[in-house]
Order: sequence, then structure tokens, then C-alpha cells
Amino acid sequence: MSDAMGLWSPLFLTLKLATLTTIFLLLVGTPIAWWLARSKAGWKEAVAALVAMPLVLPPTVLGFYLLLLLGPNGPGGWVASLRGARTLAFTFEGLVLGSVLYSMPFVVQPIRNAFEAMGDRPLEVAATLRASPWDAFWSVAVPLARPGFMTAAVLGFAHTVGEFGVVLMIGGNIPGQTKVLSVAIYDFVETQRWTEAHVLAGGMAAFSFLVVLSMLVIEKKIGRAGR
Amino acid sequence: MSVTSNAWNGKASGRAILAVALIVLATIVSSVSPHAQASQEVKVAVAANFTEPAKEIAAAFEKATGSKLVLSFGATGQFYAQISQGAPFDILVSADRATPAKAVSEGHAVSGTAFTYAVGKLVLYGKSLDVSAGDSVLKAGAFNKIAIANPATAPYGAAGMQALKALGLGDALQPKIVQGNNIAQTFQFVDTGNAELGFVALSQVIASKEGSRWLVPATLYAPIAQDAVLLKAGADNAAAKGFLAFLKGAEAHAVIEKYGYGIGE
Repeated sequence: MSDAMGLWSPLFLTLKLATLTTIFLLLVGTPIAWWLARSKAGWKEAVAALVAMPLVLPPTVLGFYLLLLLGPNGPGGWVASLRGARTLAFTFEGLVLGSVLYSMPFVVQPIRNAFEAMGDRPLEVAATLRASPWDAFWSVAVPLARPGFMTAAVLGFAHTVGEFGVVLMIGGNIPGQTKVLSVAIYDFVETQRWTEAHVLAGGMAAFSFLVVLSMLVIEKKIGRAGR
Repeated sequence: MSVTSNAWNGKASGRAILAVALIVLATIVSSVSPHAQASQEVKVAVAANFTEPAKEIAAAFEKATGSKLVLSFGATGQFYAQISQGAPFDILVSADRATPAKAVSEGHAVSGTAFTYAVGKLVLYGKSLDVSAGDSVLKAGAFNKIAIANPATAPYGAAGMQALKALGLGDALQPKIVQGNNIAQTFQFVDTGNAELGFVALSQVIASKEGSRWLVPATLYAPIAQDAVLLKAGADNAAAKGFLAFLKGAEAHAVIEKYGYGIGE
């Protein structure tokens, strides 16, 4: 496909980033959400607050710390050195890591809510039927929390697509690696290529509308199913 | 949405929203009322590379005249996009000549007021890598990342790309290039060690003893003449005109040269 306007590369990159990020978010976020929903530990709300912090922090704060953490003097630099690089900043992997942290609350919160809404009863029943906790989790808890997982996946994906500040600070604007949609739009506006900016920005507006709409529809269905 | 919905229950929150809305409204009203606006306030959009000298010159100007300057720092291209949409800047202190010229031709600036206040110098700056040997460091290519400001928007980025091309390294180093959104971010990429070296403005590193540097020969890139221009919003602002005159004066020139710039014609 020809990419004379430079539109496809950021689009595909963004979809790839959001897809991978969502997968990692579900893998990492589910156990956290499960623990937050089930644990009786008094300090679990502190963990919940930590997970939710990206909701209120400016992306620049996260971007700044990530730049230092991913760099040669941080743990990211050590990881990068294993494969002969100096830094995880300016890499696609670095963006995935940043996006996972940044979108974590959007995934953990809905799943946690779903697990909590389910209550203890289904798991107790499963236990009396001699299901192992692992079995009960997969055959009882996960299916019951399915709407929560759907909400989490949609929000995590959409929020990653909409990410800008963090990417701008740790990305380095490399076409095909870190130049995602939001950064491409910013560039087009700066260079007064408003036709291209309009195409991407309009597309994003339509996309966001569909996401919010689908969220509302999902929530309505949950409401019906629950009551 | 479900993440925030818990916070929006109950009647108390309705009252809270109303209170917040009133406060916001009051703030907006007070900020746009003519009384709150100092009559001699000048809003200046300053190219990121000129940040430090601009602060110093602005302080001297404020001390000399009692006028108040409000400086905003950023990429020239970004400022232009904002100015073309009515941003309330009185003066654009640009990183290039093209943008002020374009502002005049498109009717956003006052014609005849653009002038070259400084001629920028490009420097190769390294922190974890000794770059004082200059072009041989670039040719050896023993580094992972080289930071350059976005050449489409930042004149120092364009100059950096010209220098690489002049050295015949444009294609060879392309995969190692990371772009800063402006020259300030480019410096920050090198300063944090995420890129070993980068093309920055001499003004950014002249005051520091850290790292190593190589002054890029002026033959490798087109001169970075930087123009300032009076914008339409400041056309009737005496203090804005005063600041432009001050920028041409001896006191400002001394600061500009101290930061490693040449003086325009």
C-alpha cells in the first residue's frame, strides 16, 4: 500500500501498540483486580490507589519518570543492555511498557468491579462441588465477570490509542516504531499539513464516539443482566 | 463511565458541581475583564533554543521599562499554528526567518517589523560519548541513538540533517536518529543519556561544563538566521514595540553573544 501522505504507518503502529498493550493489560491486570476484589488485607486500597494514579497524574509526570527509568541509568537500560542497546526509550517495547502503566486503571477497575459484584456465593458453591480454586476461577469467576473484561479491554485499547503525552516524551518520533497517531496529528498540525491532520483527527473523533457508545451499550446490557 | 461513576452519586455531588462551576465561571470572568489585564503586558512566543537569553533580556527590559513580559517557550512551527488561529501573542521570537516572513505574508504580523536578532550555531553534544573529535565520531558511528530536533518543524533539526548529508552520512545514520519535538527536548534526550549524542544549539550547552561538544563548521549547514516579528495582536502595544527595539540594542546584543549566537546584519 502506498503511503504518500504518511497516514498508514502511524495508524498500523497505533493499532499494534493498542492490541499488544491490551493483551498485556489483561494478563497483568486480572490477577491484580482479583486480589483487590478478594483480599482482606487492610493495605489493599493503597495498592488500588497506586494502580489508579495514572488517572490523575499528568502524562508528563509518567513520561519524565519513564524516560529516566528506561534510560541507561535506570533498570530499563539494564534490560536494554542484554540485547546490546542502551535504552528502552525510543523503542516500541518502551512504548508498550509505558502504555501498560498508563492504561492500567482502565483495565483493573472494571474487572475488579465485576469480581466484587459477583460476591462470594458462586465461589462457595463451586467449592462445595469440589472445584479447585483454579478451576472455580476459570469456570465460574471469569465467565461471570465477562462484561467487566469486555469493558476493560475496550477502555484499555481506546485509552492506549488516545495516548499522547507519554509517547511524546519517551518516543523520539521514529516512523514505524514510535510515531503513533496522536504524535502524527501533532506533527501535521505543526507543519500546517492540515489536510492530513483532518483525516487522522476526524478518524479519531469518530473512533472515540464509537468506543463511548459501545461502552454505554455494554453497561446497559450489564444492568439488564444483573437486575 | 464505570471507572468514575462511583463518584457521581447522591445529591451532595450536584451541589458540589454547581459550586465548582461557579468558581470556574468567576475565574474566567475575572481573567477576561479589562481591569485585570495590565495595560503594558507583552506576550512573547519564544523559540525554545532562545529560552535562556530571552529570560535574561526580558529581565533587563522589565527592569529598564517597568513593562511586564510574559514569555512562552516552544517550537516555532507549533507557535505558528497557534498564531494563525488567533493566539494572543504580541511578538514571535522565531527560530528561523521563514516563519516570521510567512506570518507577514499571511497577515498575522506587521510588515516591515521582522529583523534578524541572532544567528544560531549548531553544536554536536555528547554526554556519555566524547564527541569532541566531531565528524570522525559521526563517521565511526559507534553509538545507538543520535538525537535531532524534528527537521520539519525545528530549524536546528533541519540544520542537523543538512550537516549529516554534507558529511555523506544522511542515509547511514537514519536508523539511529531519534527526533525531539523541539531543540529543548532534543537536548533532554542527550542529557538523560537516552541518546549518546545529538545536534543542539550552542546556546543550550555554552553555560555548562558537562559533556563534550563539537562546534559544527558553518560550511556544513545553511546559516540559522533567527528573526523576530511584531504580530498583529501587538501592533498597537507600545511596550511590544519597545521590546523589539530593545532586542536590537547593545545590552541585548551582549547577552545574545554571551550565549553563543552571532548577531544579525
